[in-house]
Order: sequence, then structure tokens, then C-alpha cells
Amino acid sequence: MTRERSMVPEAEFRSYYGRPVIKAPVWHEPHMPAYLYAGGLSGVSSAMAVMAGFTGNDRLERTARVAAAIGAAAGTGFLIAELGRPERFLNMFRVFKPTSPMSMGSWLLAAQGGLSAVAATTELTRILPAVGDAAALATGLTGPLTATYTAVVVADTAVPAWHEAYRELPFLFAGSALASAGAVGMLATPRAQAGPARVMAVMGAAVESVASVVMERRLGLVGEPYRLGKAGGRMRAARVLTAGGGLLASVAGRSRTLTALSGLALTAGALCTRFGVLEAGRASAADPKYTIVPQRQRQGQPR
Amino acid sequence: MAERMGFFTDTSVCIGCKACQVACKEWNQLPDDGFVFEANSYDNTGALGANTWRHVAFIEQSRPVPLEGSSDDGVERWLMSSDVCKHCTHAACLDVCPTGALFRTEFGTVVIQEDICNGCGYCVSACPYGVIERREDDGRAWKCTMCYDRQRGGLEPACAKACPTDSIQFGPLDELRERAEERVERLHADGQAEARLYGESPDDGVGGAGAFFLLLDQPEVYGLPPDPVVTTRDLPSMWRWAGAAALSVAGAVVVAFAGSGAFTGSRKGRRR
Repeated sequence: MTRERSMVPEAEFRSYYGRPVIKAPVWHEPHMPAYLYAGGLSGVSSAMAVMAGFTGNDRLERTARVAAAIGAAAGTGFLIAELGRPERFLNMFRVFKPTSPMSMGSWLLAAQGGLSAVAATTELTRILPAVGDAAALATGLTGPLTATYTAVVVADTAVPAWHEAYRELPFLFAGSALASAGAVGMLATPRAQAGPARVMAVMGAAVESVASVVMERRLGLVGEPYRLGKAGGRMRAARVLTAGGGLLASVAGRSRTLTALSGLALTAGALCTRFGVLEAGRASAADPKYTIVPQRQRQGQPR
Repeated sequence: MAERMGFFTDTSVCIGCKACQVACKEWNQLPDDGFVFEANSYDNTGALGANTWRHVAFIEQSRPVPLEGSSDDGVERWLMSSDVCKHCTHAACLDVCPTGALFRTEFGTVVIQEDICNGCGYCVSACPYGVIERREDDGRAWKCTMCYDRQRGGLEPACAKACPTDSIQFGPLDELRERAEERVERLHADGQAEARLYGESPDDGVGGAGAFFLLLDQPEVYGLPPDPVVTTRDLPSMWRWAGAAALSVAGAVVVAFAGSGAFTGSRKGRRR
């Protein structure tokens, strides 16, 4: 008799009135996902600019340098707008702190932003081209890191859907960034010079799609927020757009319409991925299940 | 550095008076939280946050504790616990703060400098206990300082001072740990088998909490994570994976140019 009267149900887990254990991420829309997208676009565009320069593809190099500069500037803008105290943005440069991915990211973004701005300016004005080339070459190093460090920023949190995904998120963001830069390269460069951008777009779409599926499968319960609700819808939309855009890019041939459609779909897909990841993080923090159950499981039996 | 100071919150003697919560609000001049009716207990505050640095949880339980020689099914149990920032040995908030606003004091506690914080919100997502929070009208993150100002003046924190049952004990962490061990042993001897310490072990995922607890049920019942781990423990691994992804990006771009025949020479008018 006594057992049945227990008010504590034999549930999968117990909690304090179903309240979340951790706080939800405070990062806003569209700032934070837009910043992730812009950083990715900038970073891979820089790598594209370097290779376009090496191969003498002047037209694509110009597109890529400009895209890299705009992406970094926009990303910085979104990052500043995201702060609770934007006027204190410069406090990001009070310290150089390896334990903080956001500190490292701020320094990286500052380097990427400065270098890509110089590279783009000299490209457009033809003033001091050697300085511009040197700056562009340096972004070959900062670029790929700019495209992927944001995954560490997101993963280095107590949010289960983010933290546990620290292996796949960099590849998800890398693929997404490749697709984004490829898409812009395709959209803003004449077809004859846009070949490499198109290949990047297809490769990026493939990497993004695979990383997204692998991440969801491996995470199990913790990955549930990527499948359910608003976040699930965004992640599914991202997959359809990315796969569709990648496919279109590979078959678009000389069709301007198909190329444009492909570029837009990939861009939309990359954005959906970033918005989906933010939303999944929020959902993952809001439900105590995702915090408590995995911790219990790794602990073994309840104490 | 002075001795590491801490809190030992013995929930077995907490009477739920909320004197700690009020004293904290008064001393630290924290804004009100609004009038929320949670409708589930005597707790209408809900959780720790930017404006709540001590939070008393109330859990009413009917548990099967048979009474000898009685037909009664059992006794009710009313759990109360005053939660607070854990002032972790390995503090994720402190690790991830990009401005250096969060720092480790001479008392071994973790404190935010409000004139430095730029409100990036990273600490909020990093805390495994959901303690630290951004005040949205102010834009900065706030949490318990273990009354850094009072400690500097040789006083004990406001919550511990106000606690009428000594459920909240303040002192050198080593001493508190010893005292807590004795207390939990006595409770076990008295038949309170469910009494357990939480956050006292330097071997746990946060290297031991500067504010630890004696609980009478599983931590999650009080809203505490059962096995919190400082997120930065995996940071080297995270950077390795991100580095691999960055290298892959660079490789993919090189391959894209090689694959589209860009190395073969002239571009103008090139057709695939």
C-alpha cells in the first residue's frame, strides 16, 4: 500500500517541478546565427581568395576578397549588437585568454576582419597591391579557423545538445561555410570563372549534410532537440535546402537560373543550420531531461 | 592568498524561512523578481538568477516511512534547501569569460567585476548549475559574490549571518568539509540513510565546490545537476576537432580548385 502512495513517480528522471537545471542561452536571433553564418562565409571566402590568387583566377579572387571582408565586418557587427553592453565591445581585447573560445575568437575575428578589409580594399582600389596580397595570404590561415572556431564557442557550454556535439559541430559549420562561400562565389562571378566555387558549394553541401546526420545519430537522447519542434523544422529545412542546392550546383551547367537558385538555396540552408543549432540549444537547456538523464547514466546507479 | 572560504549548507536543519534570500537581497541591493505565482510550493522564486543569489527550494513529499505500531502509511517529508553559487574550483564561467570580468578572489571565490562585464552572455551558458544570469535591462551578468565586500571587511556573508538555524555555515572550506563529514555520519547513525553530501569532493567534475550541501534526496530533486562537469574539461579536444575541420576546409578549397582544372593555365574564356 505504502509504495503506491508515493508521490514521487517512478519516472525516467526526477527534477525540481520540471524546471530547467541550466540557464537557456541568452544569445538572440538573428544576431547570433547571423554572426555564425557571416564568420563562416568570411573565413572560407578568404581561403577561396588565396587559391583564386594562386591560380590566377582574378575575377573569383575579387569576389572572394570582397565577400571575406563583408562577412567579417557583418559578423563583427552582429557580435557587437549581441552584447548586453555593446559600448564595452573593446573589453574583448583586455585579455588574451586561451581558456575562453570567445576571447580567442575575438582576436581571431579582429585579425580576419582587419586582414580581409585590407585585402579587399587594395583589390578594389589597386593601391598597394603587394600589401593586399600579403594580407590576403595571411587570411589563408585565419580564414579556415574563423569558419570553425564558432563551433568551439557553442560547444564549450553546459548546453547538452551543444557540448556533446563538439566533434561534429566544427564539421557541420565547416561544410556550411564551404557551401556559403561557394554559393556567393557562384552568384557573384561569371560562370566561366566560378568553377571552383561551384565545386566548393557541392563539397560543402555534402559535408554539411553528412555532419548533420552523423551528429543527430550519435547524440541519441541529447540530439533529440535537433529533431523536435522548431529546431527540428529548421534542421530539416536546412537539409532539404542544402542537399537541393548542392545537387542543383552540380547540374546547373550554363543555366543562370539554376545557378542562382542553387546559390540562394545553399545560402538559405546555411542560415537555417545556424538558426536551427541555436534553437536546439535553447530547447536542450529548457528541458531538465537532457541535463539530468545523461548525467545519471554516466554515474551509473542513483546514489 | 588567504584561506579558501566556503559555504556548507546543511539542508537537514533548513526551516525554509528565506531569511538568507532576504538578507542577500538587502545587502546586495538586488532588484525584485516581480510577483510570480508558481503554484507548486512555497517557492515563488523558482531558481537562482541575476537578481536571486540565494534561493530556497521547497519540496513536499509523501514518502513511505512506516511508523512502528501504527496503521499510518507513512510520514510526510518537507525538504527545504537554500541554493547558491557553487564557487567551483574549476569554474566554467570564469574559464570562458572573454573580458576577464570574472576573477578568482583571495578567498578562493568567483566574482564578476560589474564595470568590466560587457554582457556577452557566455558565462550564462557555461555554468553547469544555471546560477549566473544576464540582467536584461542592464545587459550584464550577475551572481553571488559570497559577499566579497563583507569578507574584505572581516564579516561573514549576509545569508550565513541571517540564517537562524546555522543551516548556512560559512568558514574555511577545509574546516567545513570536516564538519560536514561528521554531520552526515551522525545523520546516518540516526537512521537518515538518504543524507548525502553534494559538491564536497575535490574529485568531482568541477574539482569540488566552494559552496557545498548536505542533501536528503537526490540532487536533481532540489534542481541540482547530479554529475556536473566543467565544460572546459573537453576544451583541448574541442580545439582539436575544430582544427581538423579547419584543415579540412583548407584542403577542400585546394581540391576544389585542382578539381575544376584551375591549375591548368589560362582562365579567360575557359570552358569546362
